[in-house]
This record gives sequence, C-alpha cells and structure tokens, in this order.
Amino acid sequence: MDLIYEGIKQAIILLITFDPEVMRITLLSLKVSGTATLISLFLGISTGTLVALTQFPGKKIVVSLINTGMGLPPVVVGLFVTIFLWRNGPLGFLGMLYTPTAIIIAQSVIATPIVMGITLASMQQLPKKLRLQILALGATPLQSVWVLIKEARLPLLAAVMAGFGGVISEIGASIMVGGNIKGYTRVLTTATVMETGKGNFEVAIALSIILLAMAYCINYILTHIQQRERRF
Amino acid sequence: MAREASNILEARNIRVENRGVVILDVASLLVQEDEVLSIIGSNGAGKTTLLQRLAMLQKLRHGEIIYRGKRVGPDIPVTSYRRSITMVFQETLLFDTTVFENVASGLRFRHANKKEIEKAVIDNLELFGVSHLKNRSVRTLSGGEARRVSLARSFAVKPDIIFLDEPFAALDPPTHESIVTDLSHVLRRSGTTTIFATHDRSEALRLSDRICVMDRGKILQVGTPDEIMNRPADEFIAGFVGAETILPGVVTDANSGTISVDVGGRQVMAVSDTRAGQKVVLCIRPERVSVSIEPRPDTTSERNSFEGTVSEVTSLGLYYRVTIDCGFNLTAFITPGSLKRLAIEKGRKVYPSFKATAVHVLKR
Repeated sequence: MDLIYEGIKQAIILLITFDPEVMRITLLSLKVSGTATLISLFLGISTGTLVALTQFPGKKIVVSLINTGMGLPPVVVGLFVTIFLWRNGPLGFLGMLYTPTAIIIAQSVIATPIVMGITLASMQQLPKKLRLQILALGATPLQSVWVLIKEARLPLLAAVMAGFGGVISEIGASIMVGGNIKGYTRVLTTATVMETGKGNFEVAIALSIILLAMAYCINYILTHIQQRERRF
Repeated sequence: MAREASNILEARNIRVENRGVVILDVASLLVQEDEVLSIIGSNGAGKTTLLQRLAMLQKLRHGEIIYRGKRVGPDIPVTSYRRSITMVFQETLLFDTTVFENVASGLRFRHANKKEIEKAVIDNLELFGVSHLKNRSVRTLSGGEARRVSLARSFAVKPDIIFLDEPFAALDPPTHESIVTDLSHVLRRSGTTTIFATHDRSEALRLSDRICVMDRGKILQVGTPDEIMNRPADEFIAGFVGAETILPGVVTDANSGTISVDVGGRQVMAVSDTRAGQKVVLCIRPERVSVSIEPRPDTTSERNSFEGTVSEVTSLGLYYRVTIDCGFNLTAFITPGSLKRLAIEKGRKVYPSFKATAVHVLKR
C-alpha cells in the first residue's frame, strides 16, 4: 500500500510542478494521437460513407472486412508498419521508422477501420428514403452526402470517441514503430511501460493519471456535445 | 399538336425489374401542365416505383422521361431536372435541425441568397399555417405539424412539378382532413403540376383533375374522375373505385341502345351499344341503388326493380352498406335515417331499384 501511496504522492508532485519530461511526453501523445484520429476521421468517414451509400458486388465481404478491422490487434499493425518502413522494406527509403510519423501512421491504421465501421453503421441507420428526399430537394450528389453526414453526426461523434480512445491507449504498435526514444518518440503508454519496468512507479502512476485524465477530458467534451444535441 | 404543347412530362417505355420480376411496365404516361394527376392503386401496385422514376430519383434502366419536350439525361442534366421538381414522401423525412432550416434546405442547395430564403421560408410556413414553429426543432413537432413542414419545404423551392407519395398516410382523421383541405387550396392557388400517389380513392377524387389507375406495375386506365368512377375500363378498376356490385351476364336483347342482360336468371336493363349474345359485366355503384319496402310503381323512370332479402347490414360510419340478395347480390348505401325509417335489418324483404343508365357495361 505504501508503494501506491508514495506513487500517487510523487505523481501529484510531478503534475503540479509541470515536470518537463512528463509534459513533453503528454504533448507528444496528444499530438500523435490527435493527428492519427484526424487522419482516421477523414479516411474512415469518407470510405464508410461511400461503402454505405453505394451498391456493388461483394459489398458484404467489404463490410465484413471493415468490421473485422475494428478489432485489429495493435501489435499486428505495428509488425506490418515496421516491415513496410524497415530500411529494406517497401517504404524504407522514407526513413520514417522510429519517428513520431511512424506512430501516427500505425495509429491511423488502427483507428481508421473503427471510424469506418461506426460511420457505415450510422449511415445505414438513416432512413433509406432520406437520400432520395435530399436529391428530390435539388441537392447535387456531393451536397446530399454532406447532409447525410450531418444527419448522422451524433453516432459519428461516437466514432471520434472510439477512434481517439483506441489510439491514445494503445501501446503495441507505438513501441514497435516508434521505439520509445526519449524526447522524440516516447508517448504516455510507452513511457508507462518503461517506467513500470524500471520500478519507477511514481512516474508510471503520474503518466497513467495523465492518460486517464486526457481520455476522460476528450470524451467529456464529445459527450457534452452529443448530449446537448440530443436535448430539446 | 395543341395537346402535345400542354404536356409538361412524359414517360415512355418505363420498365423496372427486380430480380427478373417486372415490377413496373409503363408504355406511356402524359402529364399536362398545371394538372393534378392522381395515381391510385392498392399497395404494391407500383405507384411509388413509378413516382420515383418519374422524379428521376432512381436509376432508369429502361425507358425515358421527357420534361418540356427534352429527354432527362441526354438533353438536360438529371440534377437540373430534379431542381425543377420536388417530392414529398410518405414519411416526413425532416432533417434533424430547426423548422426554418428544413424549409430553407432546398433553396440552400440552389445557392439562393439570404433574403430570398427568408422570404420563401416565411411565405411557405404561412401557407401551411405553421409560421409560429419557425424556430422550433423538428424533434418537438407533432405528426401533423411535421407533415405541414415537409409540404412547406417542398413548395418553398417553387417546383414546376410536385410529386406526392401518399403524403397523408398515418395521420389522425381531423389532422388528415385539415391538411388535405389546406393542400387542396395551395394546389389550386399555385397551379403547380402535381402527381399524387394514393390508395385512397376519396383523396384522389377530391384533389385530382385526372386519375391514373395502376395494378401490378401497369397502368390500367387514365381519365377524369367522372370517367374512372362511372366508366371504369375493367372489373378490377370498377371494384377498386367502389362499384360494389359487379355482375357477369349475357345480353339477351338489344334495342335502340337499351340492352337486357340475363344475370343468373334475372333480367337487368342497361344502356350500351352491345349486341344480343355478347358476354358482359355489369358494374353498379351502391349510391345509385334505391331501396324501398314496397314494390316500385311503374310510373318511375327506373327500369330495374327487384324483390330481395337483406342479407347483410354494415355500418360505414356516416352511412350503411346494405347487401340485398335478389337472385344476385346487390349493394346499396343508405343513411342511418332511412335505415331506421324503413326498419331495414337482416332478413327484411325489400325492393331495390336503379336506372338503366346507372349500370356501366363492360364487354368481355
């Protein structure tokens, strides 16, 4: 119990003194996961909408693949991104392995199917005739897609939450493609694992508290927007 | 030539198949400018499928739509055509925002300016009596209010043609009545060409200049309400538009336009140019049949009078449907007052009668 008590005490000190290392790790985590979430939103919402609104042979297979992708194991993603970015790999010439960009790529790969799957489900929940109604009011195909996305905005907020939640808390891929390099690719999850391994529980607890607080704040804001939309 | 000029829309050889089954097959349909054309038929007749093809909301694989003499697609872009029309669906399908934004949506798609939008929204909300709801969220609207907003939204874009797909379904009777009345006024005042799908023949009769009857994907008859109601082209239409007595028979005598038809051993007089020996079907509307409790004197112009027994009395709310067995089943409508005064009940002996001109004759 002393260990936990001491850990929490140290964590609070690190937090209220704005420990430079802790702050750097926190900001990098936010930057990397935020960027990955934005990329996944762009790719996931556009592809999810396209799949939802079009009919093509093999659609069921594609939908099943997207749904499978929602549970993509981060270590598998980490492995393949590492192989692709490895010096001798197909994208090795870019020299991206063990950089924050590599973590962003890996996290985007993890979050995109999540956003895509939720977008697909949200779009399919809209009344089938809604699209026809929008077209009947004179919308161009592009305007109609935009209106449909707006109509599905509440479930799409869940996609944002799930996407961000998925990447901020993952460790496997980040450590594999980022390498946990101090001051460069060290993020909250990789740092927590490392500090725990070293027995620095106070730092690990401080990082965990920040991770939890960050996840909570982002989700609180999104939930607040979602609930305000629902309230009438 | 003059008729051609007044056509705003024409459908040619429209054919829709679903997994090899033909669900719509329309060789030709002409819609005249400023008319209200109702498409009536039972559920599954193909009304909605036809409407969505006429509005070019679904891909047209067979056939063409001609709008003001130009083929939609090859001659005018589909989006331009869609901006000349609009459609109100059975479901209100309002967007999850305010009433104002809903009514403004069509104009926003057309990049109308703020002033135009504001004016059109206010005018159309007033037209349908819901201007007080302008700033409300659509989530707070009742079914009737939502229906009015969806109508206002469609009229706000000043369409050349408006398609209405069973827009009064699932409304309670008072709301239904008031919305039909308001829409009827708006249609007459605006002169908008309207194509209106319904399975309710009374709605069609009330709103339409012409009626198109559909069954199993095909158009059976197009005509004025009077033609459809009183001169249906076949037994199905006759039954659908309310000719409750439909009797097969054979013409036994034809003389100067009046024919005598043998119906199960009884002779029914009718007006037709058919010849003796011709098989026919007689259609008699129930409101054309009178019921008496005494034999009809020979001093009236009614050529058909029978003796029969009441086999069924059914209340239809404002009046009663009385089925009389007089060798064949004959249906009459009578008011509650008459029912009481004549003491009509099951088993009562009565004398139904009708004029020869009340019988619509279909050749078989």
